[in-house]
Amino acid sequence: MADAASKEPAVRRERLAGLSTTREHVSVTPGPPAARLALRAGEDALNSVSRALGVSVPRKPKTSARAKSGGRVALWLGPDEWLVIDDDGADLPAAAGRAKALHSAVDVSHRNVAILVAGEGAEACLAAGCPQDLSLAAFPVGACSRTVLGKVEIVLWRTGEQTFHVEVWRSFAEYAYAFLAEAARDV
Amino acid sequence: MLLIHCPYCEEERAELEFRHAGEAHVARPAEISAESDEAFEGYFFIRTNPRGIAYERWRHIHGCGRFFNAVRDTVSDRFFTTYKAGGKKPDAAKFAGAATDGKDKG
Ligand SMILES: [Zn+2]
Repeated sequence: MADAASKEPAVRRERLAGLSTTREHVSVTPGPPAARLALRAGEDALNSVSRALGVSVPRKPKTSARAKSGGRVALWLGPDEWLVIDDDGADLPAAAGRAKALHSAVDVSHRNVAILVAGEGAEACLAAGCPQDLSLAAFPVGACSRTVLGKVEIVLWRTGEQTFHVEVWRSFAEYAYAFLAEAARDV
Repeated sequence: MLLIHCPYCEEERAELEFRHAGEAHVARPAEISAESDEAFEGYFFIRTNPRGIAYERWRHIHGCGRFFNAVRDTVSDRFFTTYKAGGKKPDAAKFAGAATDGKDKG
């Protein structure tokens, strides 16, 4: 047993494995694993960090920026704080480390879980627990924000007119998923 | 629900995203170990707790994470203005007309 265990890498169980909710107007499904980076940097470091990450780190509140190619995005969380997500699981700390300017980059890949909310009822489903104005005028495609969903903190990112990406701390994931699945029944 | 303008997010957000963080413009003494007990008590424990216009720190804890300052009426709960941390303290006279005057209006 010990020999077998030492040869096999540990298998990480996805927090929301096997869960999926599809209602008439909205679906709530766990997102795939991804690499995530908590990035802090001052104004004078942004050009250097942007070059290193291959994505132009946004300066404007509530906005995101995608890399020209590949599934990498930088979400504005605060005046000197971003959440960088890479769908391909790239080594983001190594990429950020190529920047010479002073910054902080912490790998939080396994701290968060993604939940995808999609469909014509996606906006209403999230509005059941999120106090922000999620209309397209106030929260357009590409908008992102740290906010709350019910009793937990989330990062909300609008990826399309009818699709949202929710980032939630791993230990809050079941609550957030159950909240959205329940809300989906009423949409 | 109150809507509070965050000077960093540059828009109004629901009260649920914020946390109150005590009185604003309380300056920490430069040489705190040199303070007398009375002076330290004044700095550390004594707050103005006014009826009417109050200067407060708030934190957009479930948003941009930033601390900022607000001028609020403690009777009506109305926010007169918010401004970035380190910003100049707005003159109370600016809000006096709109503030609760201390008399109960029933
Ligand atoms: Zn803010």
